[in-house]
Amino acid sequence: MSTTAGRATGQADEERRRGAFSSRRVFILAAIGSAVGLGNIWRFPYVAYENGGGAFVVPYLVALLTAGIPFLLLDYAIGHRHRGSAPLSFARLRRGTEGLGWWQVGICFVIAIYYAAVIAWALRYTFFSLDEAWGADPEGFFFGEFLQAGDVQVTADVVPGVLVPLVLVWLAVLVIMALGVQRGIGATSLVFIPVLVLAFAALVVRALLLPGAAAGLDALFTPDWSALTSAPVWAAAFGQIFFSLSIGFGIMITYASYVGRREDMIGSGLVVGFSNSGFELLAGIGVFAALGFMAQAGGVAVGEVASDGIGLAFIAFPTIISEAPAGALIGVLFFGSLVIAGITSLVSVIEVVISAVRDKLDTSRLTATLVVGGPAAVLSLVLFSTTSGIYVLDVVDHFVNQYGILVVALISMLIVAWAVRALAGLGEHLNVHGRPRVGAGWRVLTSLVAPAGLAVVLVFALRDDLAAPYGDYPGWLLLVCGWLLVAVLPLVGFLLARLPWRAGTHLDGPPPGSDPAAPLHATPATDPPPGNRPVTGHDEGGLR
Amino acid sequence: MSTAALVMMVVAMVVIWGGLVLAIVSLIRHGAVEDRAEELPRNV
Repeated sequence: MSTTAGRATGQADEERRRGAFSSRRVFILAAIGSAVGLGNIWRFPYVAYENGGGAFVVPYLVALLTAGIPFLLLDYAIGHRHRGSAPLSFARLRRGTEGLGWWQVGICFVIAIYYAAVIAWALRYTFFSLDEAWGADPEGFFFGEFLQAGDVQVTADVVPGVLVPLVLVWLAVLVIMALGVQRGIGATSLVFIPVLVLAFAALVVRALLLPGAAAGLDALFTPDWSALTSAPVWAAAFGQIFFSLSIGFGIMITYASYVGRREDMIGSGLVVGFSNSGFELLAGIGVFAALGFMAQAGGVAVGEVASDGIGLAFIAFPTIISEAPAGALIGVLFFGSLVIAGITSLVSVIEVVISAVRDKLDTSRLTATLVVGGPAAVLSLVLFSTTSGIYVLDVVDHFVNQYGILVVALISMLIVAWAVRALAGLGEHLNVHGRPRVGAGWRVLTSLVAPAGLAVVLVFALRDDLAAPYGDYPGWLLLVCGWLLVAVLPLVGFLLARLPWRAGTHLDGPPPGSDPAAPLHATPATDPPPGNRPVTGHDEGGLR
Repeated sequence: MSTAALVMMVVAMVVIWGGLVLAIVSLIRHGAVEDRAEELPRNV
């Protein structure tokens, strides 16, 4: 009895120290907030259109069910079982793998720095939409008047129009991070994910009512069945699922470590996976309905106006906003959705770093927020509020995604499955409270199918980048902001793993009190039964 | 819209949004069963 009580007390202390989500619902909304990001809105529609249209549904669903959700559950199992940030969870899994966690932390730090800039652009464009500030030339306005981008070079010429919204984004994000896991991340997700869904649904309804919308949907969904025999199409499906779900680089490990030990992580993972894809489908319908209108207004085919990424958001959509009735409404809904989707993803990326720093150095929430967020914000402002920001951003984004996230995900998946041989134990952990149960099928998918799918995506990416310089950028830019950056991150990761943990850190397997099979009633004083659970999660912000 | 495009749009909606609904229903049902079981007195 005293042993059980002691373990439960240790668990409660751990939650108070690290922070925790108050309920499964908050965790699911936070995980959806992380997964649903800019890629769902501006990447999925074009990827689907380019890779078989309606026929893309087949490889997409296969990738979701055979790689996306199994990998998501693997991340959940690692974090939920070991109750730690990515480095601490890996260290508890097997000491020698801690560097993988720090590699993921490094990637998240880099992503946070540039991701904030895109949110700042979207924030500015939310207001530009009100008076269609781009005039008759959205492309010239974006690159010229707004970003003031000149030749491809690194400059220190600050663009105030980008600097100010970027400062605001960082201030908002740092406040959220300082408030803690529940009051910051959880509360933000609880409010803004429903708002995002409603705003985007309203945008889709408005887009569907525009003339030409049907032609846009026709272009998106007309199946090209020959695509099913194309390897690049299957690679695109696996790539889209992988990049969209926020898996393999620490986020889901970190978030899962904040979830109560008796929660159903399998059922939660299915909800998060299908929510992410459900939002992508909604985005595809909305974006192509709007592009159908744009094509009809310009008297061209939908294929001539279809685009993705920055081109879709900051050039195509302003054109649509200018031409459509009640265009300002479309603009506010579209760019507002980008801002919300971006912020809820950005906080998850930064939390990976903050959580790791807190676990390793035993700092307070506020200190860790300042130690991580301060330098990140400064670097972000220095690199991306200048006239060369967009070039650096484009190169870093491409390389960190393809050779950062993808490579660390693939390597860590293979190490967990084949070197540590942890899948059986992790599956058993998920099955204690998870339904439907995972078994040999899940182990085959996570050890063979998903890594094979990711390896094919990586090979295709590498082939393209070696065949021609990405984006026709100069070699020095690709070398410094691309290849060298992604090569340095694992080195930094394994160096950081050599730093000692704070005194008393449990490192051999799951920490005491984390057994999901242990009864709750054994320790009513520290772990109240369902129905009497506190409605607020543990927040550790600024208390210590 | 062509018939083929319409069919594929409906298929995508049914499978993805239907899958989401099923996942939510399954999670709620399973969670409810767990909670009830948890409330049973264990020391009888």
